[in-house]
Amino acid sequence: MTTPNELNLGKRERLRLFTDSAMAVAFTLAGWLAILFILLIFVFTFKESLGIFTDHEIQKEANLHKFFVEEIPEATTMIDRYIWQPVSDIPKMSFIPLLLGTLKATFVGLLFACPVGVAAALFSSEFAPPRMREILKPAVELLAGIPSVVLGFFALLVLATWLQTLFGFTYRLNAYNAGIALGIAILPVIFTITEDGLAAVPRSYRDASLAVGATRFQTAMSVVLPAASPAVFAALVLGFGRAIGETMILLMAGGNAAISSFSLNDPLRTLSATIAAELGEVVFGDAHYSALFFMGTLLFIITFVSNTIGQMVIARMQRRMRGT
Amino acid sequence: MKRSILSAIPFLFVAVGCAPTDRTSVETSSTSTSRSEQSTQVASGKPISIKGSDTMVILGQRFAEEYMKANPGTVIQVNGGGSGTGIAALINGTVDLAQSSRPMKPKEKADVETNRKASLVEQPVALDALSVFVHRNNKVKTLSLPQLKEIYTGKATNWKQVGGSDAQIIMYGRENSSGTYEYFKEHVLEKADFAVRVQTLQGTAAVINAVSKDPNGIGYGGIAYGKDVVLLSVKNDASSAAVVPTEATVLDGSYPISRKLFFYYLSTASDSQKNFVSWVLSPAGQAVIKDVGYFQLAGGSAEGSAAATTNTASPSNP
Repeated sequence: MTTPNELNLGKRERLRLFTDSAMAVAFTLAGWLAILFILLIFVFTFKESLGIFTDHEIQKEANLHKFFVEEIPEATTMIDRYIWQPVSDIPKMSFIPLLLGTLKATFVGLLFACPVGVAAALFSSEFAPPRMREILKPAVELLAGIPSVVLGFFALLVLATWLQTLFGFTYRLNAYNAGIALGIAILPVIFTITEDGLAAVPRSYRDASLAVGATRFQTAMSVVLPAASPAVFAALVLGFGRAIGETMILLMAGGNAAISSFSLNDPLRTLSATIAAELGEVVFGDAHYSALFFMGTLLFIITFVSNTIGQMVIARMQRRMRGT
Repeated sequence: MKRSILSAIPFLFVAVGCAPTDRTSVETSSTSTSRSEQSTQVASGKPISIKGSDTMVILGQRFAEEYMKANPGTVIQVNGGGSGTGIAALINGTVDLAQSSRPMKPKEKADVETNRKASLVEQPVALDALSVFVHRNNKVKTLSLPQLKEIYTGKATNWKQVGGSDAQIIMYGRENSSGTYEYFKEHVLEKADFAVRVQTLQGTAAVINAVSKDPNGIGYGGIAYGKDVVLLSVKNDASSAAVVPTEATVLDGSYPISRKLFFYYLSTASDSQKNFVSWVLSPAGQAVIKDVGYFQLAGGSAEGSAAATTNTASPSNP
């Protein structure tokens, strides 16, 4: 490589090269800044929850054992055994009802969004005429732009009434209601990733399948979809990561009762909704405050891990599709 | 290129300066015909910020609207969030006045005074009946305080246990940052814990909305919100008479769960804020209370300086 000086460049060219490298540095810095922010946010959240591990005053009320293991003595049912009631004469800080609530909502959300999202992606990539595809794809991706508070509002006022009239639920706001609203929110994630995966399946796969006499439907179901199965898996994992952290929909449509039950008919309260609802009033630095920040750390780790897994699977699949 | 960037800078500042602080804030900078006597009340420049009880948000907003109509130049912003949120903001110095539907705890009072280095003024401004609502079609029209306690602590789970039809009771309540939550817990549950099945909602309006859609629902909140649902008559105990929450029963104290609504602020508050508080306590301000649906303090319009109690001897109003 020759340096600009040796090339005997004019003033203009040198300026151009300078701005070029300056911009490269600026963009690199911006990239690192994003990483720095993530790190700082994690450090901050974790630091605020550190009292759980170090402060003896806080540990009396909030510690890992209380969060995940401890049961209320003499409780006969699961619901009475694990209770989240931080504002009380005797604070009860079990994460179990909140974890169960989070998982129930996510489960229903994925159960709703996965079949719909994958089927929509299959239709869009394998069956839809090009013009229709051009409408369908942006339309589903537009769903991602709907603010979650609007979805929550819709679920609270409209969806809950529909579901209750249809199925006669005891509770208007329950895991089904919250989960379906959540499913709508993660549908674009699942659709987009699956669609990209299906599109990456080489043309020769389809040609080979059609050549041996398979129908288009058979080709899509038994050749293209299996070939893109890592993408479906990645979509699931990334959808899970998005669903775990979703707050507003669950705060509005989930009913917000911290009940330790596996029943999808019960109202639920998620970790994220608990942080949103309770952080407003907690006394700075006390046990409840640390517990809420610990929840934040927990959510951060879960989302981070699931996103990493999802991205890794996608990257591996892309390499394989290009390589072979 | 250079010029276009420079010319954009003033707009940037304007845009930032005008950004509304919160979606619920009421902000009116009136430029209507300024009469001569109003010109004495020059805008202090800084808006008065009010935050706190969700029960009192509509009250505070109406106070602010009426006051700003009469006093162009004063800007008042009112936000909700819960009594505890407002008090925390007063402690942290981010608001000028906290609205609270419960009296401040001694620790909170001490926190305000040490953090803000000024004495605190506690000013009751209105009365509220904490009402209990059920769906329009519910057969139950009366409950006693012990029955309410049984319901909300989870001992009574079916409406037939309290004289209704055979259906599960669906409980709605407030978040634990709410003054209404604390008041209910203290005066109805006698400090016992709420049942885990209580669905906590963001604001009394949300509770009313939920109960109005839920035939088996029950909820509680400030009386001014009680539209579209049936207000229960409340009995002190099983043998006493059922009392409907009305102005008369709240004022004479026969309605068992009525409470005062408070303003909290610092004795060092600006003159424009003190003028606002005395206006709220004047007949004009107290007239707003009835419109909103709460009740005036006993004795019609309360005298500001007489009713205000400070932790120190200094009077609240100049």
